Amino acid sequence: MKLLRDFIDKQKPHFVKGGKFEKLESTFDAFETFLFVPDKVTQSGAHIRDAIDMKRTMIIVVLAMIPALLFGIWNVGYQHFISNGMAPDFWPMVVFGLLKVLPVIVVSYVVGLGIEFAFAQSRGHEVNEGFLVSGMLIPLVMPPDVPLWMVAVATAFAVIIGKEVFGGTGMNILNPALTARAFLFFAYPSEMSGDKVWIAEKADAFSGATPLGHLLVLDADNMPSDWSMFLGTIPGSIGETSTLAIILGAIVLVATGIGSLRIMLSVIGGGLVMGWLFNLWGANAYMDIPAYQHLIMGGFAFGTVFMATDPVSASQTNRGKLIYGFLIGFIAVLIRVFNPAYPEGMMLSILLMNVFAPLIDYNVVQSNIKKRLKRAKAVLA
Amino acid sequence: MSTVTKIKKGLDIKMIGEAEKTIKDHVTDQFAIKPIDFIGVFPKMLVKEGDLVKAGTPLYVDKYRDNILFTSSVSGKVKEVKRGPKRILLAIKIEADGKEEAIDFKAENPAKLSRDAVVKKLIESGVWPFIRQRPYSIIANPSDKPKAIFISTFDSAPLAPDNDFIVHGQGEAFQTGIDALLKLTEGKVHLNVDADSTSSKVFTQTKGVEINAFSGPHPSGNVGVQINKISPLNKGEVVWYLYPQDVLTIGRLFLTGKFDATRIIALTGSEVMRPAYYKTKIGAAIEPLVKGNVTTVEKRYISGNVLTGKQIDLDGYLSFYHNQLTVIPEGNYFELFGWALPGFNKFSMSRSYPSFLFKNKKYRLDTNYHGGHRALVMTGEFEKVFPFDIYPLQLIKAIMVEDIDLMENLGIYEVDEEDFALCEVIDTSKTNIQEIVRKGLDLMRKEMS
Repeated sequence: MKLLRDFIDKQKPHFVKGGKFEKLESTFDAFETFLFVPDKVTQSGAHIRDAIDMKRTMIIVVLAMIPALLFGIWNVGYQHFISNGMAPDFWPMVVFGLLKVLPVIVVSYVVGLGIEFAFAQSRGHEVNEGFLVSGMLIPLVMPPDVPLWMVAVATAFAVIIGKEVFGGTGMNILNPALTARAFLFFAYPSEMSGDKVWIAEKADAFSGATPLGHLLVLDADNMPSDWSMFLGTIPGSIGETSTLAIILGAIVLVATGIGSLRIMLSVIGGGLVMGWLFNLWGANAYMDIPAYQHLIMGGFAFGTVFMATDPVSASQTNRGKLIYGFLIGFIAVLIRVFNPAYPEGMMLSILLMNVFAPLIDYNVVQSNIKKRLKRAKAVLA
Repeated sequence: MSTVTKIKKGLDIKMIGEAEKTIKDHVTDQFAIKPIDFIGVFPKMLVKEGDLVKAGTPLYVDKYRDNILFTSSVSGKVKEVKRGPKRILLAIKIEADGKEEAIDFKAENPAKLSRDAVVKKLIESGVWPFIRQRPYSIIANPSDKPKAIFISTFDSAPLAPDNDFIVHGQGEAFQTGIDALLKLTEGKVHLNVDADSTSSKVFTQTKGVEINAFSGPHPSGNVGVQINKISPLNKGEVVWYLYPQDVLTIGRLFLTGKFDATRIIALTGSEVMRPAYYKTKIGAAIEPLVKGNVTTVEKRYISGNVLTGKQIDLDGYLSFYHNQLTVIPEGNYFELFGWALPGFNKFSMSRSYPSFLFKNKKYRLDTNYHGGHRALVMTGEFEKVFPFDIYPLQLIKAIMVEDIDLMENLGIYEVDEEDFALCEVIDTSKTNIQEIVRKGLDLMRKEMS
């Protein structure tokens, strides 16, 4: 440890202003602070500070995604083999999954972090840790067979257009990971929807439709069982099939207080309410499915736990979060059932509410302002 | 005691180094009045180096409000007028002669005086600066008619001195001080006590005041929180506030006719070997206090508490308004993978460190930031420790973009930088929030004047 510290201290002068590599100051800082929590002490205000920082926050979110990632790796292999009519052992499935998933993760991180570092350097500030999370979210919402160049393009689009043009971390309006997926969804629809993409190297004869795909053609009979949808042994995006694994992640986020339970519950509430309303209407087979099934199909659970709770693109006030979450769940189910062109309503619903989140906050804050003005008037009168 | 106001949002930070309840004498002949302790005051000197002063001798006046005098707390010789960059006046150092001479302002019963006579006596003796106003936390303007006067009798900040203990046996001075304050406002004088711990009869049997009880974690003892719960400030309104020992000083002025700057202060913090209470006078040098009584690690001396206090040097002096000296270790060390390890000994309000499982653990906290400065990303954090009906994050952002109208609408008149101290402590982005709030208040004051 001492050796490492001495080495860094020796290199540091080259990277600060006036040094040989001053252009790489942010990069150096990122690596240094990755290894060591800085020795900076408080200069103004409170003399003591909480031990939490952005790195701690982000690493916990990444940890929360690990169950979904591990399950996803296994499931990619599992789906591949059963579609080809084989029933291999555990390890071949994992190895196959790893070969499919790891490259996607690597591409996402390399492209995204590369751009983040470049922007941090050109703006002369520290590298924000937000992409540690986005970089993991992006692979998890990709279909297993997605071409790597698409991941690269989508990641670049998400980081540049979704985040940096707004001023970087903390300023973006849309969730960057969802921006990446939406970009691919609209730019390369044939690679991002339909029956062919959800199983890696699928045999042509095998159906391969996701539950949402089945329902889209009002084929409720071929739906997988609730149990397999909950466990996640179904075709789908890499990390979003297993509701169980996602719940494990949710427990981590809520227990540590980093993910907003308020948002998660209100999304679920919104989805259930819309599901029930459709049950009452009952015009077709899709409307008739039990409301709870909406929660375990497609990206609903994943979006609820990992996407809707992104603090930057969500509502920032506590009351706003309730409205924001409820509408996400509500609209997600609405889009699913009503709009055959967009089977995955969750992604669009969250992006839509990302756009409306500031408006929701504005109204919540205005009611506080009005209360204050009223009080002032009562005093004057 | 009528109803108890329960404060639910907040945080008690438990630290090592609480003062033991014994009062010792702090022996020193070095004192200083620091003009930088007073917000928005432009000092004009009335004495020069070498002048002899008594307790109550004016040292300087505020250039823009020249009725407000700042007087010496002890008798002795002006040793040094210390200035900093741009000739800003840092301190007027006085060497005490031990004679304890004081100007006689005449002992009088304040209940029998007019408001003007009370104000005049408070100003000429130099105790007026104890009375501050909200908004802005500046020294009160004698010609204002405050809506009410607030006195918080308990301090809920980490390691804060116990006022119950401090005022023990001084009921007469306290009541006399209250009598004087009652002359200053047509509204009420609110005496706010801790529902659970305040037991001193000095407080509970005070006459002429309205006693309000509060319970809950810090910042329940902050006067700003209490004002907000009892009678929130509206635009254009002014309330005054002061603290129990200030009331005692005012009381003694009327009882004895002298400016008696005696204070009981708490010496606290993990690096103090024998933390205890000390009897001293305003502006005392701290070196004799801590010599031989602190550990050998690199330390930070804080006049006040760890949330809102000011860093001072070992050869520094206690600030005018502070009744506490805190000594904690500096945090200038690197920590390998500190953000990734479990961190059983780390203090955190969030549950991302396992320490949340040990609710009553006391911490030895240092001054490390525990991370780098980042964008404001997390939401919903500040609301957990901010018991106002105000949106803290939105107000902070309004201040950052200097949107005067929005700041006003979001309630900047009701807050002070100390009310945001906990937000600053728990902030993931490591933003210096109190600095921002102060900037906002200064901007507001400039705009409104």
